[in-house]
Amino acid sequence: MLEVKDLHVTVEGQEILKGLDLTINAGEVHAIMGPNGAGKSTLSAVIAGKEGYEVTQGSITFEGKDVLEMEVEERAQAGLLLGFQYPVEIPGVKNIYLLKAALNAQREARGEGEMPAPEFMKLIKEKIAFMKMDPSFLQRAVNEGFSGGEKKRNEILQMLVLQPRLAMLDEIDSGLDIDAMRVVAEGINSLRSEERGVLLVTHYQRLLDFVVPDQVHVLVDGRIAKSGDADLARELEARGYDWVVEESAA
Amino acid sequence: MASEEMEQLVRREYKEGFVTDIESDTVPPGLDENTIAFISKKKGEPEWMLEWRLKAYQQWLKMTPPSWAHLDYPPIDYQAISYYSAPKRDEDRPQSLDEVDPKLLETYEKLGIPLHERAALAGVAVDAVFDSVSVTTTFKEKLHEAGVIFCSMSEAIRDYPELVKQYLGSVVPQGDNYFAALNSAVFTDGSFVFVPEGVTCPMELSTYFRINERNTGQFERTLIVCESRAQVSYLEGCTAPQRDENQLHAAVVELVALEDAYIKYSTVQNWYPGDEDGKGGIYNFVTKRGDCRGDRSRISWTQVETGSAITWKYPSCVLRGKHSIGEFYSVAVTNGRQQADTGTKMIHIGEGTRSTIVSKGISAGRADQSYRGLVKVGPRAKNARNFTQCDSLLIGDQCGAHTFPYQEIGNSTATVEHEATTSKIGEDQLFYCQSRGISEEDAVSMIVNGFCKDVFQELPMEFAVEAEALLNVTLEGAVG
Amino acid sequence: MSDVQSPSDDVRRFLARLTDRNASRGPEPTWITARRQAGAARFEAMGFPHRRVENWKYTDVRAIARNDFAFSDDTSFSPATAAALTLPIEAHRITFVDGVFSAALSQLDELPAGVSLLPLSQALDENHEAVGGPLGRLTGVEFSPFAALNTACMEEGAVLRLAPGTLVDKPVVVQFLSRANDAPVMSHPRILVEAGARSQATVIEHHVGEPEAANFTNLVEEIILERGAILAHYKLQEAPLADLHVASIHVEQGRDSRFTSFNLNLGGGLVRNDLITELNGQGAEATFNGLFYGQGRQHVDNHTLANHNAPHTTSNENYKGILDDRAHGVFNGKVVVKRDSQKIEGYQSNANLLLSDRAEIDAKPELEIYADDVKCSHGTTTGQLDEEAVFALRTRGIDAQTARGLLTLAFAGEVLDQVGLDAIAERVERAVAGKLPERFNLAGLVETAAVLDEMAGD
Repeated sequence: MLEVKDLHVTVEGQEILKGLDLTINAGEVHAIMGPNGAGKSTLSAVIAGKEGYEVTQGSITFEGKDVLEMEVEERAQAGLLLGFQYPVEIPGVKNIYLLKAALNAQREARGEGEMPAPEFMKLIKEKIAFMKMDPSFLQRAVNEGFSGGEKKRNEILQMLVLQPRLAMLDEIDSGLDIDAMRVVAEGINSLRSEERGVLLVTHYQRLLDFVVPDQVHVLVDGRIAKSGDADLARELEARGYDWVVEESAA
Repeated sequence: MASEEMEQLVRREYKEGFVTDIESDTVPPGLDENTIAFISKKKGEPEWMLEWRLKAYQQWLKMTPPSWAHLDYPPIDYQAISYYSAPKRDEDRPQSLDEVDPKLLETYEKLGIPLHERAALAGVAVDAVFDSVSVTTTFKEKLHEAGVIFCSMSEAIRDYPELVKQYLGSVVPQGDNYFAALNSAVFTDGSFVFVPEGVTCPMELSTYFRINERNTGQFERTLIVCESRAQVSYLEGCTAPQRDENQLHAAVVELVALEDAYIKYSTVQNWYPGDEDGKGGIYNFVTKRGDCRGDRSRISWTQVETGSAITWKYPSCVLRGKHSIGEFYSVAVTNGRQQADTGTKMIHIGEGTRSTIVSKGISAGRADQSYRGLVKVGPRAKNARNFTQCDSLLIGDQCGAHTFPYQEIGNSTATVEHEATTSKIGEDQLFYCQSRGISEEDAVSMIVNGFCKDVFQELPMEFAVEAEALLNVTLEGAVG
Repeated sequence: MSDVQSPSDDVRRFLARLTDRNASRGPEPTWITARRQAGAARFEAMGFPHRRVENWKYTDVRAIARNDFAFSDDTSFSPATAAALTLPIEAHRITFVDGVFSAALSQLDELPAGVSLLPLSQALDENHEAVGGPLGRLTGVEFSPFAALNTACMEEGAVLRLAPGTLVDKPVVVQFLSRANDAPVMSHPRILVEAGARSQATVIEHHVGEPEAANFTNLVEEIILERGAILAHYKLQEAPLADLHVASIHVEQGRDSRFTSFNLNLGGGLVRNDLITELNGQGAEATFNGLFYGQGRQHVDNHTLANHNAPHTTSNENYKGILDDRAHGVFNGKVVVKRDSQKIEGYQSNANLLLSDRAEIDAKPELEIYADDVKCSHGTTTGQLDEEAVFALRTRGIDAQTARGLLTLAFAGEVLDQVGLDAIAERVERAVAGKLPERFNLAGLVETAAVLDEMAGD
């Protein structure tokens, strides 16, 4: 589904990713872990198409298409959706507008018509209830005045409504208390299916107790230094990152 | 009215037998074509310069003084002013510091002005105390080596007529405004700077060197040209209070920056502000404008305005070259009965042009102060950016502080931001300082200097220190 | 309408219309006649303002001055059109067609006790002396040539009086309908609001008309708020695009009174508003909210002034402008703090968005301060949309154009969020969405979202 090959990325002249390889198949949940500054957030930002990241070498393909050739919105319409570490506040733009416009754009890209209003409302109501959010939030501006936890829930809500093919969640667990973490994790788990991939970028293992990954990768100095299953995450929790760093340097 | 009265005036002067007497040191008060011819002749100017002046005069006759400024002063009788007077002879000047107003000397003391300069500033016959000739000579040699021309405007007209013809009036045309037209007609002298291509002027051109070239008079004319990749930093004025017999000052400063050139123009203006009731202070009507003619050129104005009874001054930048930069950093302090209407204009014409305006106004006593600024973005100025920060501080309840920013924006890619605040020195800030054992006066001075920090840091080092001292002296007695 | 006409010819043409009109008028109280004369004399002396006058620097009124407008007496208006144009809210309503009172289109029969809402002509008939005192006290003939012309020509308008302590249940709508006439007409309406102590009301001034109309409205409005009175004032400008509109609203605020203005400007070809408040009593508070949207060749000029004449007074201002095509916007906001008016807070914010390179905005936020214990600030920005927000929307699959449209709508939304009357907020939001360039393709979105909102409420 997603194939990243020998990816080199520089930001402001500095090379952050130095030849990263990653393959995610449909139905899989991958977790990328690693120490601060290893390039974890860079990876998801590059896949989503954020400006300021220069790909100097390598490729990213998604279901056979060259992602780097696609506009930001085309990537999202194709089903590549990024959950932000720091969700952007957009004063004045109501959540309901965002959801409606985004869903329409996706359906349009797939050649489907607009979702009828009653059906859309039913869908939204259901997802809001699932995320234990108050319906009044639909009329509020996107992320404006939201607490950290509310912003993260909102990211997951968008995922639930937009049903991406590959959901990339950048440090979705940071700043969450345990109750919010459970709700967010349930949201992610409900996205798991045979047709869908999930990429979790996280610094801590805690989230992975709730969302058990199929594969865990450790990112060190712009490369994947080690891969394994969910046990690797637990090992990292117990031993820290230093041993992987040393191992990869050796 | 005008034509008839003017005719009468002209007749009267003829009747009284006014003739241009080149030997005379002063002309009688009044302004007509004869006065201008007299000035031009006295300075040994070529014919084209006289014609240039007369053209300005013709335009001036048709103009009226501006009335839009937030200033209140009695109408000026331009026919009551004498437009040329030769420097005072030494025997008419104070012969030593003993003859100088002790209050003035006290101020010099506070500002830390070197002893020999005090005499010069107070108008004492200088050659006895200040060996300026040798200083000037070494200085001129160094500039000559670098290829920089730095001389008086009179010399420039004589020695570099082609450069003067090319650039004089090219930024501030003769008929630009009432005071510029008057200046163009009757200017007596000023400075001329020409920095050729690729040259960085080896020293800051400070007007300290001009102390001995004083009496450039009330109508000063300055022209600075930087060719491609040339750079210069020019310092005008002096922190010491300068006395002058002439009440009306109308200077014009023109700056031209070609491709990649950088001109930094710093001013400390501390003309006599008048007595407590504002009597006798200088009226300072100045036109300063820089033309960023070349791509990536940059002009930066920094000013500390503490003097004059009336200040009317808007150093401006015309950002013609692509990606050129204009800057304006200003501290203006008014106390007593002073009035200041000052600010800047940033005219964005070229693509990618940027400008920054930082203005700090402090008003105390019964003074009145206005910031007046224009940011204009033309249709071709794609991606132009301006940021303006404009703060006023009030000390006492009898003063006024006003802000009149104009924004005229005709380009959808422009980003223009203006922020302004007006406040007084916080009681809590004062209390905090005082509770640390600092006197109220020192606390005010600390806070005010902090308020002005953004501008002071733009000043050349030597000026910055003096500017802070100057601020304290100007605000003395502002806090009761 | 040739170029050689001097302004004085223009003035004479207007005065000739007035002379004819005066001849056809019945006897009037002497004070009215005297004021007409004073207004005409002042108008003649001042002439139409030209752009060398600071207050009119950015607004060219030749479109008014060079035209010839008749007075109108005709109130006929298609009931169906009127119904479509009228704000669909429960309200006490007084309607004028081209400035002439229309009883048929008004609804004045359910006024609660303590509230009097009358056409000016009727108020004068009932007790002209009671009108003569307050009328013209705030806006005299010196204010502007247009105020002088209005004083010379005034005939009709609305008089709203609230007895002390009255709370008006429903909004009071003062509706001005502009007709598509064979030849353009002019009207010089007056609005007088006297709100007694602790009274509370919402007034909606609504300008709307037939799309082909091209008339000139020259309005003078005076509002007096006694101690503790609270008034929300909406000016919803939806006049046809060829209509010409000059108006002043002058407010006098007593102690602890509160005045909130919403100046929502969508229509009109040439619109000039002057909004002035005199904060005369301690504790008085004024809030000015404004939104203007210009497209085509619309010209919208908003001048506001908050005069802090008493200590402990507060003013707050937030104006937003969106300009497209060749539209020209002007914002001039001024805060004046008089000497000895200590403990003042004055805030002003103005933000503008240019959607086209041929659109222009001239902004001038001014502070004029003569007291030291004040907290005053203003900020003006003109610029583009937040690119980070555009990116965030694009990562959700929304194309860049729609993202920009959404953000433009959001920009307007920051003013509309303050609007207390949902019906108006929604109407304006829909209008803004509908006016946004087609590439933004938002109208449908806002419509469905509004429907969804109603469903969510079920």
